[in-house]
Amino acid sequence: MSDKKLSLEEVDHVAMLARLGLEPDEREMMREQLSSILDHISLLQSVDTSAIPPTAQVITLQNQMRADDVHDSLSLDEVMKNAPDSEDGMFKVRAVLE
Amino acid sequence: MQFETIIGLEVHAQLLTESKMFCRCSAGYASADPNTHVCPVCLGLPGALPVINHGAVQATIMTGLALTCSIPEYSKFDRKNYIYPDLMKGYQISQYDLPLCGGGVLPLVIDGKRKDIGITRVHLEEDTARLVHRTANGETYSLVDVNRSGVPLMEIVSEPDMRSPEEARAYLMALRQILRYIGVSTANMEEGAFRCDANVSQRTLDGSVIGPKVEIKNMNSFRSVERALAFEVERQRKALRDGEALVQETRGWVEDQGITVSQRTKEFAHDYRYFPEPDLPPLVLDRAEVDGIQSRMAELPTARRDRFIEQYGLNEREAELLTVEREVADFFEVTVDGDSDRAREASNWITGEIFALMRDSGLELEDVKISPEQIRELIELVGEDTINNRTAKEVLVAVHETGKSPREIVEERGLAQVSDEAQLLAVVRSVVDEHPDAVTDYQNGKKAAIGFLIGQVMRQMRGTANPGVARSLLEQTLAERVTS
Amino acid sequence: MSELINRSAVELRDLLDNGEISAVDVLDAHLARVEAVEASVNAFITITDDVARAQAQAADQRIKNGTAGPMTGIPVGLKDILCTTDAPTTAGSKLLEGYRSPYDATVVKMLREQDALFIGKANTDEFAMGSSTEHSAYQFTSNPWKLDHVPGGSSGGSAAAVSAQEVSVSLGSDTGGSIRQPAGFCGVVGLKPTYGRVSRFGLIAFASSLDQIGPFARSVEDAALLLGAISGKDPNDATSVDTAIPDYRATLGGDLTGVRVGVAEEYQIDGMDSRVEESVKQAIGELEKLGAEIVPISLPHTEHALATYYIIAPAEASANLARFDGVKYGMSLAQDNLLDTYLQTRGKGFGPEVKRRIMLGTYALSSGYYDAYYVQAQKVRTLIKRDFDEAFQNVDVIAAPTSPTVSFQRGARSADPMQMYLSDVFTIPANMAGIPGIAVPCGFADGLPVSLQFMGRAFDEATVLRVAHAYEQNTEWHTSNPPLDAQISTAS
Repeated sequence: MSDKKLSLEEVDHVAMLARLGLEPDEREMMREQLSSILDHISLLQSVDTSAIPPTAQVITLQNQMRADDVHDSLSLDEVMKNAPDSEDGMFKVRAVLE
Repeated sequence: MQFETIIGLEVHAQLLTESKMFCRCSAGYASADPNTHVCPVCLGLPGALPVINHGAVQATIMTGLALTCSIPEYSKFDRKNYIYPDLMKGYQISQYDLPLCGGGVLPLVIDGKRKDIGITRVHLEEDTARLVHRTANGETYSLVDVNRSGVPLMEIVSEPDMRSPEEARAYLMALRQILRYIGVSTANMEEGAFRCDANVSQRTLDGSVIGPKVEIKNMNSFRSVERALAFEVERQRKALRDGEALVQETRGWVEDQGITVSQRTKEFAHDYRYFPEPDLPPLVLDRAEVDGIQSRMAELPTARRDRFIEQYGLNEREAELLTVEREVADFFEVTVDGDSDRAREASNWITGEIFALMRDSGLELEDVKISPEQIRELIELVGEDTINNRTAKEVLVAVHETGKSPREIVEERGLAQVSDEAQLLAVVRSVVDEHPDAVTDYQNGKKAAIGFLIGQVMRQMRGTANPGVARSLLEQTLAERVTS
Repeated sequence: MSELINRSAVELRDLLDNGEISAVDVLDAHLARVEAVEASVNAFITITDDVARAQAQAADQRIKNGTAGPMTGIPVGLKDILCTTDAPTTAGSKLLEGYRSPYDATVVKMLREQDALFIGKANTDEFAMGSSTEHSAYQFTSNPWKLDHVPGGSSGGSAAAVSAQEVSVSLGSDTGGSIRQPAGFCGVVGLKPTYGRVSRFGLIAFASSLDQIGPFARSVEDAALLLGAISGKDPNDATSVDTAIPDYRATLGGDLTGVRVGVAEEYQIDGMDSRVEESVKQAIGELEKLGAEIVPISLPHTEHALATYYIIAPAEASANLARFDGVKYGMSLAQDNLLDTYLQTRGKGFGPEVKRRIMLGTYALSSGYYDAYYVQAQKVRTLIKRDFDEAFQNVDVIAAPTSPTVSFQRGARSADPMQMYLSDVFTIPANMAGIPGIAVPCGFADGLPVSLQFMGRAFDEATVLRVAHAYEQNTEWHTSNPPLDAQISTAS
């Protein structure tokens, strides 16, 4: 996969997954730049990791849990103070049912 | 073509914890105003981090143990990525490949026969926010109430072991019963604390045709699950018989039309891009903790039913009735209080009068103002002949209404049974005098007429007559009348 | 009082505690400096002089009452990716313009409780993604040593503010070098603590398994002072670690006799600035003179660290930045329907570098590529960590260049993202392994600072600080200040 260049369809697919609207020139640029970066990071494929476990976290912590008790929540004002749009103390968004 | 139905169920049950899954907001949001149980964590504010609620982990493990699931030593949380207004962080913290509970079994009894339904896994995640859909001035929009965001949610996935909508319903009922028994969830479907999605497909018995799997959503009651599945089974069978194309898809149940409709959108398939949640170190479960949870777990309904039959000599039907709800079974056992001789009477009182009272008043057991100790007292009052059964029923209602003890009520209202022959004989004679027609009927062989006369004695005595003594005095008096 | 800006934080601490100066004096001196140089340096997105004024008064009260803490009355800069209740928090992004956090980051809370003086919110590459602070949506920050050069990044504002003496110390965050590299470019000390040492609660996340908050200072001792004030287990951060916190300042001092310093051949790469190479070589010679034993070591998987980083960090970032959807907070570009609202808000709200990384991370996690990219990167991460584990069997610290080059001119690397990414090639491995790393000045090249990095065992910041301190105290590099006044007067 190292010498493969991303297709515009792949760029569109990934952009849609990430909910990023790209302008036409951005699509092209993204295609070039991502292909170049992927080309570089594809070198990782050459490392033999067949017997190596993955590391998701570097610290050796485990079982970091808290007791099931209740603390104060934010006030409604604090919850809503950054809301771009609201109604009746709730966040307002465009119709979810499309 | 002879078809067989294949059903697997995914149940989401909210856990009855005090606080939310990853923050310390109250999880009890049912009667709260919108967005009042919200903090930076469950609102997904920049910089906020989750911390695991130990209580939710324990409740999930307890559920796994109740379903005889394996409890792996190592478990972790993962991020499930999708951007949607009900998901505050743009990902849901869930469990992907290492759930808290592995395979298990839920045994059902269907038509008197045991059938085991396999449990694939039980995992823990966070609930999403609630969306309210509105239309105003021709504009449709949605409002987001974040209170539900982050409430602990347990997903219980079954194997595709059910073969009919009825079996699916039985599975859900049994699962709900267990969750309620062990106290981890209200499992209230109408309130959204217990939600079900179903996977349904058809195959021919010889395996020559295998239909695609269809996922059904939006079923909000046990009845709608059964109806939706029955509809879907027929829809799929008809399509397969008619040679129509059947596709793997998600369909929604439309309750008021009684149909399922395709939920396919123009959007392409989901790609959730699961990866390990870097903000939460893994869980490594200590055997001692799991054993501790096991030891704290309430006795399960089937085990309790069997024990009731064995220990108290109840029949299967009684035992079943008494163990449907844990509260009832507990009430029964406190009433019996270790004295098996009392079990029969206790069972009669509970399955008879208490259930009737609950039915008539529409109350739950916990709202009925009668304690097991008071039932015990009633049984004693009858046993020692202080009151008869009929009076006892009256006393029971009075206990519920006044909150006073049965003895207090018997004393206050002078309801103690009269067995004194002289006192009763006077009443018997006056009844016989007042009802010559009944006497004639009796003497003409209509022995049933004595029941009417006993009733009249009772009426005059306001129910306090000892019915045995009253009957023998009546028989005696009527016999005397014939001879005379 | 203007000479107070030349004092280190520990000197200010003594002067304040002795009652020779007041916190208000300290504040006035630094605000005057901000007034004089900020228009040229542009280190801050927001200046919070009102907040600092109230804090200075409270600090003086506190000192009078004898309840002063180590940071009471010390002027601090906060990278604008740390949430604060009393000033906007932008993360360098248009998407968060005007955003007001209803809560303080844990580190902010800790400093606030001591009445440290919050001078301002320092510029950063958008969501901490960058190595030059050119990706800030708000402004370019200048390198105080050469104003047309970049300060490094992503914590470029925090580094420049300390270097320009607008604050004594500052906080930044380091995901792949974002503290150490700008510290190096600006000729100051920058420390990335061990992952888990400092709470990340309230740090707007870039890559959660790599991010760590740490101090900038003009001396190792000042860095030690600030590290001590922000370290510790936080119940709000499940990845913070409950382990002993040494008195870092007390561990400083003495020579390096018996200290084994590892030098890895893998930290000499093609394309490296030869002057950097030379300075680092001389620095290692200096360490030897101070009694350290120089031990050649090998960290064989170093060459894969950059690629590993550019899979793991964007993958985590793609999820961390999914919450910016214009619904709860932040910029929103409402369209006819929900999908278009998302696409527009995120497409226009994020800058090009952020979009690039979201795309990269989304791709690496997507169906069909997950194992080849993400899982493989996690496995190589294991190998990188093992390299360090092995090395630290034989050495106490590892010495390396902080960056392969010195600061570059604004715009010089904007065209090619990969070229920019190479700036972090020597700093990324410490993030991969979660170990602490410190950058200290070790020379100049054409009037631009060169920086030496020490990496240490997990949670052994004390040794890292001690070695860095010994080197610093026996060299002169940290004593020079950037020729800022001269540059400003030339410009005007």
